[in-house]
Amino acid sequence: MLEVGDIHISYGGIQALKGISFRVKAGQIVTLIGANGAGKSSILKTICGLVKAQKGSIRFEGREIKGLAPHWVTRCGITLAPEGRRVFANLSISENLTLGAYFRRDREGIEEDMEWIFFTFPRLKERLYQQAGTLSGGEQQMLALGRALMGRPRLLMLDEPSLGLSPRLVSEVFAVMRQIHERGTTILLVEQNANAALRLAHHAYVLETGRIVLEGSGEELLADPGVQEAYLGKITLM
Amino acid sequence: MDLSLFLQQLLNGISLGSLYALIAIGYTMVYGIIRLINFAHGDILMVSTYFAYFGISVYALPWWLSVVMAILLTALLGILIDLGAYRPVRHAPRISALITAIGVSFLLENLGLVVFGGRPKAFYRPDFLDKTYELGGVRVFSLSIWVPLVTALLLALVFLLLYRTRVGAAMRAVAKDMEMVQLMGIDVNRVISLTFAVGSALAAAGGIMWAMKYPQINPLMGIIPGLKAFVAAVIGGIGNIHGAVLGGLLLGITEILLVAFLPSLAGYRDAFAFILLILILLFRPTGLAGKDTIG
Repeated sequence: MLEVGDIHISYGGIQALKGISFRVKAGQIVTLIGANGAGKSSILKTICGLVKAQKGSIRFEGREIKGLAPHWVTRCGITLAPEGRRVFANLSISENLTLGAYFRRDREGIEEDMEWIFFTFPRLKERLYQQAGTLSGGEQQMLALGRALMGRPRLLMLDEPSLGLSPRLVSEVFAVMRQIHERGTTILLVEQNANAALRLAHHAYVLETGRIVLEGSGEELLADPGVQEAYLGKITLM
Repeated sequence: MDLSLFLQQLLNGISLGSLYALIAIGYTMVYGIIRLINFAHGDILMVSTYFAYFGISVYALPWWLSVVMAILLTALLGILIDLGAYRPVRHAPRISALITAIGVSFLLENLGLVVFGGRPKAFYRPDFLDKTYELGGVRVFSLSIWVPLVTALLLALVFLLLYRTRVGAAMRAVAKDMEMVQLMGIDVNRVISLTFAVGSALAAAGGIMWAMKYPQINPLMGIIPGLKAFVAAVIGGIGNIHGAVLGGLLLGITEILLVAFLPSLAGYRDAFAFILLILILLFRPTGLAGKDTIG
């Protein structure tokens, strides 16, 4: 579905991505894990067109999307829910969701998605006309997910959806991701919480300083001693 | 002080303040979404009065048709200015965009002098705006009643657009987080174009009423209403639409009352507006209504 081939980007002379290649198959949950600054967010920003890659190719459903403006990438079927939720605090919940479906013309489909979101996040329905800024952090995360889904993406990219949430809310977010996937959406996930992400993912890539150093299924990486030590906080005894 | 005189002057103040408010909304909307003080706003207003002038006096079209066409043409002019002048520097430092705006302002003024000539032209005033009524001792000029009414109607339309339509929600969202709006599949440039169109159309409506009030126009006539409306926008809190309306009315009313009741200071009416600007910037830089967003 998504094939990223040898992308390079640099910010002000510093190379952030040094030849990244990976693929996301339709119907999968794929996760990128790695330390802060490894380039995970940069990859997502490059795919959605916010950051221009100097080199390489990004193909989505067989079509080259590198160089497209961000709003065109979204219209192609890829939606990024960026780090920090970034709901429109000055708009109502209803308006936030409506903007998510702004470019769509299929009225019935929009209704259907809205229903699903209300069913999955009943709190949002209760507060439909409240300003999004009045929601709690967890509710804002649900709104950010709902808003991204309103574009009915075939590939949903999530950047740190569990960041800053209480443990109970973290597991709720992971449960919701599973539901979104079961509904037929492919997910590309960037997560700090490597443990939970690897448990959820079909396939995973490990990033270090702008390079992919390891890949495998979620279970394989969970069992990998190097990954355990670096990202899962387990000490391997010699 | 005579009450009827006060009421009469109050009405004049509201009328002038409405014009400031209409023009100030254009400043504030553009600032709200792209953080640019569009210093050419007053000159866009000037061009709109010439559009109307050409319709009425040169092509002899009905005055209302000329006014509608002038407003539409001015909206288009606003879009073109954004496209040609501001979009290329959208991601440059803010000071570049500001200098560009000043450049566009000079361009319009001097182009106006070349194309339209520097001599003021008489502007048409429809008969129904040229009447004086006597209401319980208060003398009322019909234009002073119509201006606030038209303003109220236009403001209602702007608020409907902003708070009851999808594109209005998109405008308010762009003011908050432009990048995020792009990620929703929304073409931000189109939202910005529409903002320029709406702001310029309101400036045109304000400018044409301004021209009917005086009633003459010249290529430098946009400077003072432009600056005053800028002051009004800052008083209200730039970026805040309610604030622009509040600031416009406040500035118009105090200015007229100052002139009416302290005639010895009448020559300082413009200075008064700018002193107010300085005071606001010193003591309440976010304006009376605060909050730097069009939400």
